[in-house]
This record gives sequence, C-alpha cells and structure tokens, in this order.
Amino acid sequence: MHDSRPGRRVAIVAGLRTPFAKSGTVFRDVSATALARHAARELLVRSEIDGREIDEVIFGQVVSSVRAPNVAREVSLLPQLLPSVPAYTLNRACASAAQALTNAADQIALGHADTILAGGVESLSDIPVLHSRRFSRILVDAGKAKSVGARIGALARTRPRDLVPVTPAVAEPSTGETMGQSAEKMAKENGITREAQDRMALMSHQRAAAATADGRLPAEIAPWFGGRDLDQIVTADNGIRSDTSLEALAQLRPVFDRRYGSVTAGNSSPLTDGAAAVLLMAEEKAAALGYEPLAFIRSYAVAAVDPGWQLLMGPVYAVPRALARAGIAWRELGLVEIHEAFAAQVLSNEQAWGSDAWAERLGLGAPVGQVDWACTNVMGGSIAIGHPFGATGARLVTTLAHEMRRRDVQFGLVSICAQGGMGYALVLERD
Amino acid sequence: MSALTTDIQDGIAVVTFDLPGESVNKLSDAVKVEFEALLIRLRDDASVRAAVLISGKPDSFIAGADLDEFSALTTESAAERLSFEGQEMVNRVEALAKPVVAAIHGACLGGGLELALACHYRIATDHPRTQLGLPEVQLGLIPAAGGCQRLPRLIGARAALDLILTGKSERGVRALRLGLVDELVPPSILAATALTAADRVAREGPPRRAAGGGLRGYLLDRTAAGRRMVYRAAERQVRARTGGHYPAPLRALEAVRVGLEQGITAGLAEEHRAFGELAVGDVSRKLVQIFFATTALKKDDGIPPGTAAPRQIRRLGVVGAGFMGAGIAGTAALNVEVDTRLKDADLARVGKGLKAAGGVLAERLKRKRLTRPQYERLGALLSGGDDYQGFARADLVIEAVFEDLEVKRRVLSEVEAVIRPEAIFASNTSTIPIRDIASGALRPEQVLGMHFFSPVEKMPLLEVIPTDATAPEAIVTAVRFGRRMGKTVIVVADHPGFWVNRILSPYLNEAATLLAEGVPVEVIDRTMIAWGFPVGPIALLDEVGLDVAQKAGAVMHASFGDRLRPPETLARLLADGRLGRKSGRGLYRYRDGHKAGADDSVYPLLGIRPVEDADPSLVERRLVYAMLNEAAMAMEDGVVRSPRDGDIGALFGIGFPAFRGGPLRLVDDLTAARVVDVLRDLEDVHGARFAPAGSLLEMDAHGRRYYPA
Repeated sequence: MHDSRPGRRVAIVAGLRTPFAKSGTVFRDVSATALARHAARELLVRSEIDGREIDEVIFGQVVSSVRAPNVAREVSLLPQLLPSVPAYTLNRACASAAQALTNAADQIALGHADTILAGGVESLSDIPVLHSRRFSRILVDAGKAKSVGARIGALARTRPRDLVPVTPAVAEPSTGETMGQSAEKMAKENGITREAQDRMALMSHQRAAAATADGRLPAEIAPWFGGRDLDQIVTADNGIRSDTSLEALAQLRPVFDRRYGSVTAGNSSPLTDGAAAVLLMAEEKAAALGYEPLAFIRSYAVAAVDPGWQLLMGPVYAVPRALARAGIAWRELGLVEIHEAFAAQVLSNEQAWGSDAWAERLGLGAPVGQVDWACTNVMGGSIAIGHPFGATGARLVTTLAHEMRRRDVQFGLVSICAQGGMGYALVLERD
Repeated sequence: MSALTTDIQDGIAVVTFDLPGESVNKLSDAVKVEFEALLIRLRDDASVRAAVLISGKPDSFIAGADLDEFSALTTESAAERLSFEGQEMVNRVEALAKPVVAAIHGACLGGGLELALACHYRIATDHPRTQLGLPEVQLGLIPAAGGCQRLPRLIGARAALDLILTGKSERGVRALRLGLVDELVPPSILAATALTAADRVAREGPPRRAAGGGLRGYLLDRTAAGRRMVYRAAERQVRARTGGHYPAPLRALEAVRVGLEQGITAGLAEEHRAFGELAVGDVSRKLVQIFFATTALKKDDGIPPGTAAPRQIRRLGVVGAGFMGAGIAGTAALNVEVDTRLKDADLARVGKGLKAAGGVLAERLKRKRLTRPQYERLGALLSGGDDYQGFARADLVIEAVFEDLEVKRRVLSEVEAVIRPEAIFASNTSTIPIRDIASGALRPEQVLGMHFFSPVEKMPLLEVIPTDATAPEAIVTAVRFGRRMGKTVIVVADHPGFWVNRILSPYLNEAATLLAEGVPVEVIDRTMIAWGFPVGPIALLDEVGLDVAQKAGAVMHASFGDRLRPPETLARLLADGRLGRKSGRGLYRYRDGHKAGADDSVYPLLGIRPVEDADPSLVERRLVYAMLNEAAMAMEDGVVRSPRDGDIGALFGIGFPAFRGGPLRLVDDLTAARVVDVLRDLEDVHGARFAPAGSLLEMDAHGRRYYPA
C-alpha cells in the first residue's frame, strides 16, 4: 500500500516545542515571536541541520500579535536561516499548526520545496487589547484635530465606559456562543456525564505526568531560559497535575452552566502559551541528508459543520475522510492522538465514531471505529498539557511520530477539533 | 596610472580619487603632485564652476597619509617639510575661488579629514563604515595639515580637542551633529547630492553655519577666557591619561591653542614644528612600529603562506559556560556573527552563561553600537544546553572548562565523540600544555590551544598554540577565527605558560616577594603605573584571582624550577578566603565591585610591617628585569616566532607600556650589556632567580640585538 495522493512522500524528521505554560504564568512577559523563534531555533540546532536547507517557514497562530502579525516571517529571519526564505502565518483555529504541517507537506509533495520548517505558536499573555470603537474614534478625531482646543474638545467626549478595553473572546463570531458553552451543549445533547468527563481529565493528567517522569515528554521540550537573568529555567509543562484525583475534579463547579452543567475548568483545556515546530522533508531529501524519519505523512482531511449545531463535531467528518484517503481502516491504527479541547468534545467524537446512526449519516457502511484508550492519547492530552491554539497541532504530530517509532507502529492518527465547527485529521505512516 | 580622474558635468568637475593597486585611498607625495596639478586646472578652466571630490573605493574616502612614506623620514627637517607641504596643498584647496564639495563615504581619517575640512562643503553618508577622525595622536603625532586649525574653527574648541586629543573617530550621524559635515545622506544618493550641492554653493556661496551650544558653548568656545578654561581642563585630562609618557596630545593642544589665540598662520607654524619633532621622536617611532607589527600580524596566518586554507566556521561550540566561555561565545556572536552553542553541565549554568554572553551584545546596544534589530538578530545566534546536541554541526569547539588537565581531557574525548572528524577542538587554557590535553585525542591533528584573556570581549590578544601534531589547516582556521573575533593573534609554542603568562609569572612572583618584604601594596602598584603599566602587579593579581594565580604559579614552578617558585604570600592570603576582586576581598578592598583602596589588614595577616621608605626605583628594577630576563629565556625556548610577536603579546596581553615598544624592544634599547649588568647586580643581592638568561649573555658577547638597528 502506498499514499494515494500524488507527488513525493513527506517525512516528519524532527519535532520540538517550548514547555506549555498556563497563560499569565511563566511566559507572561514573553512575546509569541520569542516563543516561536525559540522552538524553531532549538529544533534547527538539535536536529543538526544546516539552516541553508530550509526552503520555507509556515507557522500557525490564532490570535496574532499586533506588532508581528506574520510570526512565521520573524521565525524565518532567524540568523540560522537564509534571509531569502519566504514565510507565512495561517489561521485554521486550533488546527493551525497541523494545517501548517500539511501545507508544507503539499509544497514538498509538489516538488516546490524539499525542506520546510512548520509549526505554530500562541501566546494568550501577548494578545492585542483593543480600545472600544467609540474611544478609537475619539482618538482618531483628536489626532486629526488642528488646534489644541479642538483636541481637548475631542478628548472631552470620552466617557468612563469608553475606556473599558476589548479583548478577543474565545467565542464564535457567527453565533456568539463561547467554546465552553458549545462543549456544555454537546455534553447535554450527547448524554456525556460529568463523571465520564472527569475520568477522561484524570487520565490525561496521569498519563502526561507519567510521560514527563519517564522522559518521553521532556524529550520533545526545549528548556526555556526566562527572567531578566535567564535564571528561571522552565523544562516542563506547568498545567500537568500528577496529584489530581477524581474526588478533586468532582469538587470543581461547572463554569458555563452553574446549575445543570458538567464542563469544569478541570475537564477542559486551559488557556496556554507555547510554541511547537516540526521539520518536514521530501523522503529522498531526508535520505540524502542521512536522516532517519520519525514517520511519513500518509493523508489528511479537513471538514466543517454548522457552528450553530454541535460546534466541535468536525473531527467526526474529517477522520473517515482522512482514513479513506489513506486507504486504511480505523482498526489498523496503532496509535491515536485526539486533541482534548474539552472532555465532553472528545467523548462526543468517540461516541459518534462508534455509532451506527452516525455511520449512516456519514454515508458509511459501518461505524468509523472504536477508540481504544490503550493506544489513544498515551502521553496525556491538551487538558493536562495545555493548548496554545496555534501550536497544538505540531505538538500532537510530534508526540505521535515519536511514540510510533518507540512502539514501532505502522499507522497513527491525529484528530483535532477547531473553532468554526471545523475538524482536522492526519494519518502518519511508518514503513 | 593616475589616482585622480576628472569628469566635468554641467560645469561641475567630479574628481574621483582611486589609488591604483590599493584597497584604500592614501595621501602620498605622488598624489600630492597630482592634486596640485589638478587644482591649477580647476582654477584655469573657465568652464568649471565648482568641484566634487569623491572616492572610487568601495568603503574608503581617504584613510590618511601613506605611513610607509612617512616612516622613511629620518630628520626632523624632512618631517617638518612634509607637514608644511601638506598644509600648503590644503590651503590651496581652501583658497580656490571655486567651491569644492567633499562627498564622503567610508574612512575619512587623518590627512583625509584635513583635506575635507579645507573643502567648502562636506556631505557624509549615514553608513557605519563612514568614520571621520584625526587619529594622529595614536601614532604619537599630531594632525599637521591644518587639522588643528580648521577643526576647532568649524566645530568649536571643546569638540575639536575631544577628537584630536583622543584620536577617536565618529560616524556620520555624530559628525553631522558636531557640525563636522553639512549634510548626511544614504550612500545611494551621495554623488547626486554632492553635484546639487556644488551647483548651489557655486551660485549662493557656502552656507552660514550656526555655532551651537547656547550660552555655555559661546562662553567656552568663543571667548578667550572660556577657552583658557577649556585648555586647562584638556591638559589635566591628557596628563591623567598619558601619565606624561606621550608628548603628542600636549603638542596638539598647543597647536590648537596657538592657532586660536594667535591666528592661523602661527597655528600652522606650530603644527609643522611639532610634527617635525614628534615624527622623529622615540615615542612616535615606537607607536608606528607597533602599528606596522599589528598590521603585519593581520596578514600572518601562523603557517607558511599557501600551505593550508582556513575552514569556514558556520557553527561554534563552546564547552563551559563560565566567565571565559560566555565571553568567547558573546564575542564570537558579536564579531563573527556565528551560530554559537554553549554547553555546560546543568541548565542553571547554561542560563547564566547565556546571560553573560548576551551581555556582550547588550553592552553594545547600550552604547548604541548595535541597533535593536541587530541586537535581536545576533542574540538569536546564542543558544545553549546541558548536552552536546548541536555539536555535530560545529566546525570549531572551544572548551573553557575548569583549569584541570583531567577535566579538560575528559571534555576533549566527549567532544570528539560527537563532532565531525574535520572539526577543530581548541582548549582555552592559560598554563596547561596542549600536548598533555591532546595526548589521548583520537585526532590530535585537530587539537590546539586558543588562549583568550579575560574579559574576552575587551582584551585584544589571543595566543594560538599548535602542538607538534596540529595540522596547518587547524592552525590557520584558529588564527583567522580569532582575528574575526577582533583579536590580534600570535602563534606561540606549546610551552608551559605559553608567552604571556610565562613572562608575567616572575613579574607577579617578584611583586608578591616585594610585598612579603614589607613594600606596601600602593608603592608597588604606583611604581609600575608610573613606569607605564595600566594597572600595577598587585591589582592585577586581584583581577586574575589569587586562586588562579596560585594554580598557574604551581604549574610554572613545576616546569621551570626554583626560578619561578611562587612566594608563600599567595597561599596565606587564600587561606584567609581572599580570592581577589571576584570574592570582594583580595589585596585591595572592594565596595560595590569598585576598588576601594589597599587592604591594610593583609600586613598583620602576612606578619609584616609595611616599610615606610621603600625605594620605588629598586621596586621597579626588580619587577622590570624579572620580566625582561624571562622574556629572553622564553625567546631562547622559541616560545614566540619573532621579537615582533613577543612584543605585541606583551603589549596587548599585559598592557606593557606602548611607548617602550615591548620587552624585547626595551632590551635592545637598553642594550643586552646593560640588562646583563643589572641582572648580575640583582642576582648578587636577591639570588639565583635573577641569573641572566644565556641568550642575553650571548647577545652581549656578540653585540647582537632582537631587532635590526
């Protein structure tokens, strides 16, 4: 069997990320650009590649910085790379880094590039805070004023409420519904219990803690030297709670529906800062440079649903499409990485993939597949590790590829739900 | 082939200076003759309204006078005549009825700036390569083609003295602010702007140049009483800086003063008189010799030319993120712009090292030598970790770990296991023989020493130490890399202490012995500062660290025997927890990291009573001759390849007084006979450590010298 898509096969050669940190903690004063450059530079150094080999840089970012809206270009201007390397930043919400990887793969498959550095970054500590529209207009008028009097006159229109800043919301522009509200809706409509969600969260923390302790996660993390004197050294994700328990999780109050809800801070992914990067190469290029690829990209697919419906059900459509393009069945998957935006979403996706009713809805003869938790999110997931929107896709692919090599697995799947009702799926293979 | 070509466009003569066969433009006799003829043509050609003087070289307007021509001068009158002719030529430019516009890009130094000052309008580019200055005092001379006259008239006495007395140069932006140039433009429009300016000045005359500085500037620069204050302050500063050893700045000050107070004719006369005296004087001769030696070293790769080509260094690995390692990493990122990976045993040390390495860049940012984007870019070259990831691509690895043979050997074998076979391994050690470190190497041909001096970003010298096994390619690579780091590089033999620490060793021992005899710390240090060293030997011990000095002293003692036996003094001080500046306690006291006087408590600690009336001339004699004798012995051992390398090493590595030319030059000046005599006297009184070197006896017997007379 071979990739059904045209063009050259694309290798995942290496992947690396910064530690993931809850927003407003250790990366409070760090720009998204600095995080992205750190992940990329460390990846270049540790993969021992000649920077001149990099043909393009593609990064994902969801909430872009005002000062550096094309963060990928800031990465491609690292002194280790040639200044002639072009770069762009894309936004496919929570699947942005994964999209960056597959855009890179397409370019390589087409023969437009041999080697691409792709990844993603998010800093929710470094987001644009906007003035209210009224206050913006006052400032513009004052700026245009021809006399001091006119300027004072314009500024005098300011009312206290005009000064309330506007911050980007994690809400659907089309429906006004926040992510958490959508997850809450999914839990209710799909009958996902609070306990099931908390169990899922507990598993995420326990597995991430184990993978941190045994060195599998640290191997994917480039330590960060923080603080004015570079003496605050961050080597691990700071959201992982090795000491949490079902009881502790059960104590937490629902956030989005205080009376009847089940989605809590404990069974959702936290707002997170971090960056991740992946080195992709044409198969023959990797061979020529003497790299033994971690895995190859077999196929991918993107889908979308009406955001007014169950917002995070996109993966239910994307995964069977990717599997069909890969020409394999779910049961052939040796490892699966499902992005955990909310336990309620993961469990809803799992339910749909396994159901006959959904098989019919998807036009399939049989259900997509049964999630086997023994080989799914084996090193924990976004609930524990954190979820920097723009970076998560690259983390999932890196973790999956490394673990596929460790376990000598032939096929692996990444599934990501994304804002706007989108779903993303990627199949990796090893020979 | 002529150096000057003229192209007349629309009544404007564009004169392009492009000295054939040279990378930079220099003023020489031949150029002067051409220039004089050109001036006559410009004057007589009725179709010419104005002229533009521009360079045909990529990054050099006029770098100054031709030093070869100058150093061939033997008499005061010939030197004076050279200056006088230069003044005459420049005067004729100024007196030309048609305006001349200087279009300046690249170095505009010395005579080049003096010529530009005589032009009627100056435009400079905002490029960093554009530097304007009068560096003559750095060669023991003064600007003597009217520079001492026209510069103060253009930018005021204070600003002019600041440039002339230090010899520093300024970039375009600062030159514009000083009023040194009339306009600042990007290089791309320099020529076009100059043409427009020439046309304008021809029609409207030169612009009125407003004197800045407000009331204070008016009083200080434009009243006789104010200027008297300026002269007095400048003289005080010069005396403090030169210790009275360098006559040129005072003569330059005098030329400026005479010119401003008695008129330009008197000023010019003072200029060429002073120039004549200085040019054939001993100090200028020494400084010019040093200049030539440094220039020659810049072309000396330490191997016979053509035997091997240097490897390109695209990544540098540095093992050991301490003070030295960080300094090496930061300086390499700054000056070589090379991808640099720092490795130490744990991340805390790596973080500290990265901070210190980045500090080299931050310092430049603070002094506006780097822009913020340049700073960010260079900072991204520095990375680090607690393992050898990133070393597989390194072309050069420099270890700067703890000064211990076993540690260094272990690092070498760890590094050899991960680097490419063609990569070079350099050990930064001050005393351990490289062959001992390399003895277990898989590829000894790739191993050598690179001895940096601390602090790396400031100290100008690097000793490169090949072993017998080192490949020429490795030597030339290390030499070239060190040079790109901004160092003057000498290749020295693999002997304990190499060159610099070898000759320093008896000097520091003798200082400690003097102290043990009761000579007060201040007397020792003040004596050697008066002799011309930037710091005294006791303060130097504190800087180096008493622990480091003791360790080095032990190695030297083991290698050379009792001649280099360190006195007990250091051990007792160390036992008292005194490590020198880094521990805040040494032979001096330190307050907030600043030296706060000698620490009198060391005398009771050492069980000595300070001698009230120690004779400085005896102190000086013992210290100086200990070093001269050791230098002679190291020469015998072939530690340096030439007296030139030895003297440059002492000048740049220890701060040996430049006006004395270096220890070997000093032996020549004193004569070997005299040195032997003094050493014998010292030997009689103080013992065998002063026994004169065999080579000195031979030189004495045969009347030989280190340098040709």
